[in-house]
Amino acid sequence: MSAAVASTTTPSTGSGQWLRYRRYLPPLLIVVLWQVAASAGLIPTRTLASPAMIAGTFAELITSGELPRHLLVSLGRVATGLGIGIVVGTTFALIAGLSRRGEDLLDATLQMLRTLPFLALVPLFILWFGIGETPKIALVALGTMFPIYLTLFAGIRGVDAKLIEAGSTLGLSRREQLLHIVLPGALPSALVGLRYALGVAWLSLVVAEQINADSGVGFLVMSARDFLRTDIILVGLFVYAILGLSADQIVRVLERRVLAWRPSFLKD
Amino acid sequence: MNAHPALTARQHPVVQVSNLVRSFGQGSNVLDGLDLTIRSGEFVALLGRSGSGKSTLLRTLAGLDEAPAGTVTVPAERAVVFQEPRLIPWKRVWANVALGLRTADARERAAAALTEVGLNHRLDAWPLTLSGGEAQRAALARALVREPKLLLLDEPFAALDALTRLKTQGLVASLWRAHRPAVLLVTHDVDEALLLADRVLILDQGRIGFDLHVNLERPRRHGQPAFSSLRSRLLRELGVEEENPDEPVEELRAPARSRAPAASATRENHAVWAASTDALARS
Repeated sequence: MSAAVASTTTPSTGSGQWLRYRRYLPPLLIVVLWQVAASAGLIPTRTLASPAMIAGTFAELITSGELPRHLLVSLGRVATGLGIGIVVGTTFALIAGLSRRGEDLLDATLQMLRTLPFLALVPLFILWFGIGETPKIALVALGTMFPIYLTLFAGIRGVDAKLIEAGSTLGLSRREQLLHIVLPGALPSALVGLRYALGVAWLSLVVAEQINADSGVGFLVMSARDFLRTDIILVGLFVYAILGLSADQIVRVLERRVLAWRPSFLKD
Repeated sequence: MNAHPALTARQHPVVQVSNLVRSFGQGSNVLDGLDLTIRSGEFVALLGRSGSGKSTLLRTLAGLDEAPAGTVTVPAERAVVFQEPRLIPWKRVWANVALGLRTADARERAAAALTEVGLNHRLDAWPLTLSGGEAQRAALARALVREPKLLLLDEPFAALDALTRLKTQGLVASLWRAHRPAVLLVTHDVDEALLLADRVLILDQGRIGFDLHVNLERPRRHGQPAFSSLRSRLLRELGVEEENPDEPVEELRAPARSRAPAASATRENHAVWAASTDALARS
């Protein structure tokens, strides 16, 4: 009897493991095929470097210190721009979200500017700020400000009026209402905005660094183009992907911590 | 009533409303010259059809709506329990109860209040993990921890399932006995009103149309003859003709009433009728 049980359970857990990992098989297969095709000379290196070549170049760029140097420059630009974007976006959202007068003052203007593709401002920014750090940081700041503003504003306005009413029957002052009910209630929405802003930040940086720069990951990629180094270009793309993924992961961890009260997190 | 010292001590009015008028938009007044006195420690139930202004009156007493005309005197120490628990989801249960308390022992007081409603094991739980009954008990604890002189209950049992409702009603009765706040309970349920209240009021056309002192001994039961006769009386005042009363109470029945207008009245008061038959089925 026990032998029969054992023999039926063992294969089923084995196939469970298999089911879990089999979804990673197709991308792996693509990489293998890519390598095979490149080694067989079917894909010219000028069009697309092989995976092995990319890995080699990646290691080389790291050991030479070139990639870390450019990466630090890019990270600095994103951090500064994002910081400014968050501060300005949050300030605007608080002003517009917490008072009708503030909304009348800011919202229409910001909603109009929001519809403008902000990357189209690059030529103007170069005219205004030159070609140094300022236009790059300004572009990141501008791009990230809107998602922060929109989601925090919507979050503040979306807080359940019944909770605010309950708060006032508990004798909370306006300041306490904000602190205990309105701002924490707006946080889930604002964190969606933060995640979105991080995506926009990388996007703006790619554009800014490819147009006019002498450092940064974007510059690395653009100068590689001049020498037909597809391997370096692909390393740059790989770095962007890793940065995007880890930024997203940071926000996920943050959400898990500050939104622990939500049922979706309560289950684990 | 005999002049028992404990009784006279809590005879002074805590709520005094005179000539209260409230209207929404251009229509007729929802509250139209309403007068109401609630004495200290008194348990008052307020019945009325949907849209009769019961909740408007409660909200005015809670200070949630401004009273445009008339005078309203209410104690500063008052608390509200709504139909939904309205717990703050991002504050743990004890912090919800302690919210707005400005003393250093806020957590201890919250814990004591939660123990009183049987939730001492859920102090650190998130509100969204509570069952409906637990959440409403937490809301009761949050009201009681403020030691209110006036407790306003806006259909607090309406969203609970039948069994939980009975338990929670029992809890409210015992909490009221222990703390003796004046209570205004807004409800659709005639049985619930008779089970809990000293006085049952019916709000009709913007005023208190009917004021019934309930001189039944506690604890009360649905089956008692005196209970049934009061129940029939209230239902009749609400315009509902019972089709199948527990016991025929001859002297209280209007003999010459025809069935046809009663049927339309029943449809009009569907909510009241449904609530009371529901309670009937439970008892």
